Amino acid sequence: MTSPSLLNAGETRRALYLLALIRVFEERVLTLVSDGSIRGTTHPYVGQEAVAVGACLALRRDDWVVSTHRGHGHLLAKGGDPNRLMAELFGKATGYGGGKGGTQHMADFAVGYLGSNGITGGGIPVGTGAALSAQMRASGQVVVVFFGDGAANQGTFHESLNLAALWRLPAVYVCENNLYAMSTPVREACAVEHIADRAAAYAMPGVQTDGMDVVAVDGAVRAAVERARAGRGPTLIECKTYRFLGHSKSDQRVYRHRDEEAAWRARDPIARLRNSAREQGLLSAAELDAIAREALAAVEGAVAFAQQSPFPTAAALTEGVFSEAVAAPASVRCAS
Amino acid sequence: MRELTYWQALQAALREAMQGDPHVFLMGEDIGAYGGAFGVTRGMLDEFGPERVRCTPISEATIVGAATGAALTGMRPVVEIMFMDFLTLAMDQLANHAAKFRYMYGPQARVPLVLRTPAGGGRCYGATHSQSLEAWLLHVPGLKVIAPATPGDAKGLLTAAIDDDNPVVCVEHKLLYATSGLVDDAEVIPIGRALVRRSGADVTLVAYSYYVGVALQAADVLAADGIDAEVIDLRTLVPMDTELVLTSVRKTGRLVCIEEGTRTGGVGAEIAARVAEYAYEYLDAPIRRVAAADVPIPFSPALEPLALPSQDDIVRTVRELIR
Repeated sequence: MTSPSLLNAGETRRALYLLALIRVFEERVLTLVSDGSIRGTTHPYVGQEAVAVGACLALRRDDWVVSTHRGHGHLLAKGGDPNRLMAELFGKATGYGGGKGGTQHMADFAVGYLGSNGITGGGIPVGTGAALSAQMRASGQVVVVFFGDGAANQGTFHESLNLAALWRLPAVYVCENNLYAMSTPVREACAVEHIADRAAAYAMPGVQTDGMDVVAVDGAVRAAVERARAGRGPTLIECKTYRFLGHSKSDQRVYRHRDEEAAWRARDPIARLRNSAREQGLLSAAELDAIAREALAAVEGAVAFAQQSPFPTAAALTEGVFSEAVAAPASVRCAS
Repeated sequence: MRELTYWQALQAALREAMQGDPHVFLMGEDIGAYGGAFGVTRGMLDEFGPERVRCTPISEATIVGAATGAALTGMRPVVEIMFMDFLTLAMDQLANHAAKFRYMYGPQARVPLVLRTPAGGGRCYGATHSQSLEAWLLHVPGLKVIAPATPGDAKGLLTAAIDDDNPVVCVEHKLLYATSGLVDDAEVIPIGRALVRRSGADVTLVAYSYYVGVALQAADVLAADGIDAEVIDLRTLVPMDTELVLTSVRKTGRLVCIEEGTRTGGVGAEIAARVAEYAYEYLDAPIRRVAAADVPIPFSPALEPLALPSQDDIVRTVRELIR
């Protein structure tokens, strides 16, 4: 089960742009939370960017991803619009959910982003169902279901992986093991050292990969996607990664050591890909700088867009509890 | 018109929807060769095959969650949860996901999901296989809830539910499956409309599902006393046809809310509140509720009937209001 794992210049450029975009976006969001521009909470993706970017590089635009509470990176990596994402964080009418969802609850079906999710493990069945839908419609789509080490202890993980394996669904379960479920170390919460080992219980391949390396994640996901698209069923991929910042804005990280943080920061996925791109001669220093500037401009543009956007009107409060459309009767749908 | 049992009417609705739309499929525990715990899908595996009559492991959260994901991406799943009590295992997926996606994600998200589930007691199944938990669902904006009382309504309402682009829970009382009645195959019964099953001048009895029949029998007993009861079948619990209830209470001046769920925080409490808010000045007597006692449903055949509301409870309650 080997696949090409080296990115070409175009893919490297795209990966570096997305990595930088997510990093800058998340750091900017934190300043906006601090200054009160964004209310509520946020779960920064800083440090884990290689997982979202590597996984989404391996996907078609019409493939689905299902995200988590820490979903900004997944949405940007899948091609989401930073403007609408930022506007949603501001609670503005131009946001993905018109301001009604917020950081943990937004979707962009047009780019295959089936939604972030505020319930740990809540998205795993939803993604499994999207894979069932893809199989039944014979659409050739694959679904990547992101979740964390914490979600791997939810019953939905067990139920869904079992069902996906039984029905050979075109799903790729990507576990982002960042070593902590909020403050709880994975070693105190998981009986196995490697979550990938649990794949054996579902008769599916279990793959461990370096979640700090875009190329490694891309390679692992690409192979699993090929397998899924060929009708050979799901894969569980465990990406060993680390969130550089706290679980959410209020987390002071009292449960882990600063030397551990420093060791992981030394494996920064952005620096890693930049260095290898330069060493391999894929991109010049000038090009790398241009990518960084482009990402910065996109984020500042998003902030301006969000700031200038209107809040939803009071009328929006009661709109959209239900879909108003009722499908044509089945007999009519059949004829069409 | 043709005579069908309640389960046959439900199956007819499922069959016609599946024949009419390849996106409609069934998912649930033991719904294949076994035909479902109460036989609603018997024969359908042979008719439609295992791709569209999907037997699942015992994984309620993932059954409902996967149906939600399938619904979001173009399918129209109909899931069966074997006993309404087991809905507790899927409540996160139903309440936090299926019900909220449309609102949180905007109009791109539609969840045309139907969840059928047998409810109610009267069969000595004990506390975890006898509950009527529909009142829980009233507290979750984004869910619709139907509770058909007759075979005709079962077919017409389930058909409407499958055509609806929102998650709809269909509450099916276990004691109704074997009942029979006339079904008009052309009739789709709109969600959200109640029906006056019996017209009367003295008191309004509001009921749904199995207790519509019990209320009608109580009305017959009361008629012998010269009390003319109006019986309203809610048919749909969400969205509730408040207007029909208010119209009736404005005429009769008395209201008794009947349900099999436990009394506290029940469907009847909601109806009573609406009438108190919007028709208080028309009331000639206090609003009364006939509901299950606030206890887990006991197994013993000596105790279960004491926990659940009865025809006598309805008759006695009405007589207390009209002396």
